[in-house]
Amino acid sequence: MMGIDPALLISALMVASVPIILAAIGELVVERAGVLNLGVEGMMIMGAVCGFILSVQSGSAFVGFVGGALGGAALSLLFALLTQVFLANQVASGLALTLFGLGLSSLLGQSFVGIRPPATGVVPFGPLADIPFLGRVLFSHDWVVYMSVVAVAATWWVLKATRTGLILRAVGESHDAAHALGYKVRRIRVLAILFGGAMAGLGGAYISLVRVPQWTDGITAGAGWIALAIVVFASWKPWRVLIGAYLFGGISVLQLNLQAAGARIPVEYLSMSPYLITILVLVIMSSGKGKAALNAPASLGQNFHASR
Amino acid sequence: MTRPELLRVEGVTKAYPGVVANSDVSFSISQGEVHALLGENGAGKSTLVKMIYGLVKPDSGRMTLNGAAYTPAEPRAARASGVAMVFQHFSLFEALNVAENVALGMENPPPMKELASRIKAVSEEYGLPLDPARMVGDLSAGERQRVEIVRCLLQDPKLLIMDEPTSVLTPQEVDILFKTLRKLSSEGTAILYISHKLEEIRALCDEATILRRGKVVATCTPRDRSAREMAELMVGATLTPPARAGGAKGAVALEVAGLSVASPIPFGTTLKSISFKVAKGEVLGIAGVAGNGQDELLLALSGELLAAPEAVRIDGAPVGQAGPTQRRALGLVSAPEERLGHAAAPDMSLVENALLSGALRQALTRRGFIDWAKTETFAEGIIKDFDVRTPGTQVAARALSGGNLQKFVVGRELSQTPSVIVINQPTWGVDAAAAASIRQAILDRAAGGAAVVVISQDLDELLEIADSFAALNEGRLTPPRPVTGLTVDEIGLMMGGAHGMEVAHHGH
Amino acid sequence: MIRLEKRPSPSRFWQGATPVLAVVLTMIAGGLMFAALGKNPVEAIRTIFWDPLFNPQFAAYSRPQLLVKAGPLILIAVGLSLGFRAGIWNIGAEGQYIMGALFGAGVGLAFYPAEHWFIFPLMVIAGAFGGWIWAMVPAILKTRFNTNEILVSLLMVYIAQNLLASMSLGLLRNPEGGGFPGSRNLSQYPAASNPELIAGTGMHWGVIAAFVAVIAAYVLLQRHILGFHIKLAGQAPKAARFAGVNPTGLVLLCMGISGALAGLAGLFEVSGPAGQISIDFNVGYGFTAIIVAFLGRLNPIGILLAGLLMALTYIGGELAQFMLGLPAAAIQAFQGMLLFFLLAVDLLSNYRIRLGATGEAAR
Repeated sequence: MMGIDPALLISALMVASVPIILAAIGELVVERAGVLNLGVEGMMIMGAVCGFILSVQSGSAFVGFVGGALGGAALSLLFALLTQVFLANQVASGLALTLFGLGLSSLLGQSFVGIRPPATGVVPFGPLADIPFLGRVLFSHDWVVYMSVVAVAATWWVLKATRTGLILRAVGESHDAAHALGYKVRRIRVLAILFGGAMAGLGGAYISLVRVPQWTDGITAGAGWIALAIVVFASWKPWRVLIGAYLFGGISVLQLNLQAAGARIPVEYLSMSPYLITILVLVIMSSGKGKAALNAPASLGQNFHASR
Repeated sequence: MTRPELLRVEGVTKAYPGVVANSDVSFSISQGEVHALLGENGAGKSTLVKMIYGLVKPDSGRMTLNGAAYTPAEPRAARASGVAMVFQHFSLFEALNVAENVALGMENPPPMKELASRIKAVSEEYGLPLDPARMVGDLSAGERQRVEIVRCLLQDPKLLIMDEPTSVLTPQEVDILFKTLRKLSSEGTAILYISHKLEEIRALCDEATILRRGKVVATCTPRDRSAREMAELMVGATLTPPARAGGAKGAVALEVAGLSVASPIPFGTTLKSISFKVAKGEVLGIAGVAGNGQDELLLALSGELLAAPEAVRIDGAPVGQAGPTQRRALGLVSAPEERLGHAAAPDMSLVENALLSGALRQALTRRGFIDWAKTETFAEGIIKDFDVRTPGTQVAARALSGGNLQKFVVGRELSQTPSVIVINQPTWGVDAAAAASIRQAILDRAAGGAAVVVISQDLDELLEIADSFAALNEGRLTPPRPVTGLTVDEIGLMMGGAHGMEVAHHGH
Repeated sequence: MIRLEKRPSPSRFWQGATPVLAVVLTMIAGGLMFAALGKNPVEAIRTIFWDPLFNPQFAAYSRPQLLVKAGPLILIAVGLSLGFRAGIWNIGAEGQYIMGALFGAGVGLAFYPAEHWFIFPLMVIAGAFGGWIWAMVPAILKTRFNTNEILVSLLMVYIAQNLLASMSLGLLRNPEGGGFPGSRNLSQYPAASNPELIAGTGMHWGVIAAFVAVIAAYVLLQRHILGFHIKLAGQAPKAARFAGVNPTGLVLLCMGISGALAGLAGLFEVSGPAGQISIDFNVGYGFTAIIVAFLGRLNPIGILLAGLLMALTYIGGELAQFMLGLPAAAIQAFQGMLLFFLLAVDLLSNYRIRLGATGEAAR
């Protein structure tokens, strides 16, 4: 394993974790509003396919990312409709979203298999990029990498310091109390769901436009589920999402490097390692007398209907 | 005293499917007046105040505030017009701190730092000390109410609505609250005070409007009327207190010794070294303000929460580690406070709900297979014996009114020839007639030789039916004392006096 | 204005009618989707729902396929429905299905080429065990560490898929297969094969197991206290504890049953219709079974019907692919749509829809 350069590794893990950061931070906001959307995988793959198609059609990667966000948000609108208007079970609706998203994306993407999308350029930092080590690690990425970190910071600030964030948390803690104070529980939750969908879509688009970059069926390969696990890992705190995603990104990059370096461990076992480690982390976070569970929004997963 | 009129309600009607909550209700409040809205559970008090607070729109009728038409579309509009409300079931967020909770109830809250200092100032001015940085989940019920009151006071309300404020307070805390309310009233704030506790209303209120089944049946000046007169106006019938046969006590049936157990409920109360004995034929009343360990005590006695084996004994047998089924086999039945969701499954039929806790003692299953015919008979028996008003045994539990469901749940437990009975809040939210019949049924079982533990926040109820009396305070139980000869002051001190008043003492 | 009003008791009529309504709505929306793909919607719907059963040209081939496809779907869905009823969300049936196949096939191949009567029964036990053990991972993590079973069971699918790939390339690879991935063909190994029992019907042991599971689940839910406790735990968890239900035991039981049934489905598939372990052995039955469970309203009889319907969409979808060039993914989207509509119209069984803001005076 001498062939692995630490600067390259860190730089690669930052890129690898972008889809997870984006999707997880979106889901974090949704869950803080008291809604459990298990359809992250479906929204991500819709974002991946919509982003891919639009960027190929328009020739612009930026348009692709916008399209990805819109695709994810459009699918999440279905979830919002089901759970907030039709009061359907959130777990089942989230699963439906994923199953439907996987089918629809493969349908939309079938004539785009094997095409290369337009490139997403590296942000020109000029001489900064030439600084040894730091230049490679910090100043050699495309704009989405930086945006993902900004998104985490912004989410943290909004939740902690703004009235919008306070209301969002209040709705997630007790929808009945929030309703009694006159807040529009349903409207706030729908907006949170749409935000979560857009972020998941953006994350999906990053996979098909930058990470892979091409379109194949099932391209997200469980990233949405890992994003959901990262939210639990983070105990619903934004900065911990970043830590969790970088950890996960590190493991994925490492195992890919090991595969490339021809390590003795069979490829299949290396590819299953991120999932195994995610489970392990989930166990650690949830044990210890339900520590993570204590931070969970109190109304998470419960539907709200103002009866009287 | 002719003070200018503040709020006038005229001919307000609100109907829900199957029930008219308010029918042609009219009354008015002057500035600085403390006005009581008096009525039994289900009389329509809550619906009426929700309309004033903009949570519910009336079907017809009109309201005026300071002479101008008043039609709040939402609570925000009501607050903007100077109407504030302290809820019966708190509108607080446990995982947020005091300042955040206050900010959520304000239209344009100042920055958090400034808000915190204003909370401190206002709360101390009115004798309701609060620490703005504390998490609401960690506060006592009385302190939580202070958060709500302070939230209202920060907006200089012209009308303050208080929905059953004293049900969560110790007698000492009630005195403090009344002082605060009188101070507010002297400053010109009108108070709409909702309650069914008559002595309180006589002590505090200038005027009273009495509601029965959604209609105004009388208005009066409470100081000029006796509590009995108002009670009869409120209930519409003469009440007979339950009769008790002072049966001889037998051997100890339930013994709790050094019961300590952590709460499974988030922000719950840990039980600390609780000890008491209940003999056959004895009724032990356990008082306490909400949130002092009542729910946990019921769980620990019913077997839903396990403790050290020797901590709980039924007829001498250690059952601390035995689950609900094993304890039922030994003759212990229990009825939790929360009817829908805990004592009964909301979407299941009454037959299924009869099976829920009756399967074992009524032998409703054979080798695990359910005898539905026998279960149906059991359910029918409960409905008949306890006068449960229902269209049939196949309706879902959630379709029953609160009082009828309570009769069903209590009836289900009492019908199982128990030797030990544990009930939390037996008559909470139940009208007076039903409450009387539930209390009578409990006393009858005690007379028949059952050992009974009644946990209740209603002191009058406990004094009426209990032989001995103890109080829960922050998870600890006072040693039980005979009911005869107890004074209200003593009871109040057993319940812990006034919680969290230390800051106030420092302030003076 | 449209308002919702909670019914005092769930409507029995709508509980039965919503799946039918959902199917009709899905046909309409699916028709629109097919039209958007440039296919004649009426023809597409007819090809999917009618031709496999009644078109003389295809029925002879398609009809037996109905049971072949419905068998595993029903078997898995019945198991899942018990957990779903109890509020225990095992969504990793796909992984348990794979593991059942791997364990079962592994046992069978270990005996190759011996011929003993006990080989197939042993494989059945191993298959159930494989699915069971895979489901026990999320179950034990949930009961021991309070870990979310939804995420763990799902992540276990990806692990199972990698194991499947590893096995079909390594340990279980056919030594006489010329280096191609995939195991020996079990259907050509009589002691380990799960043949069609009655020629031309598609009936194999897995279908029989599915019918048995439907009947057993029906009796359990209608007549047995355990079934009552499962329903109670899902509807009112606190009431279940009050009734004396042990939540840990219930999680282990429900996850265990659903895992074992999914494992059985995998075993019967690998030893019968599929014939061998291969990289692409699993085709999503574990996920489609979730739709089947909901479409059947988590009721065993309903699941039986829903499984047959869903099998029809698979067969009809293949036919439409062959006849009309309808993409395979369209059927997957179509199935997802069905779940959407089902969840949406489910509202009708618990709520009444009222038009207008007022005018609902007391009766």
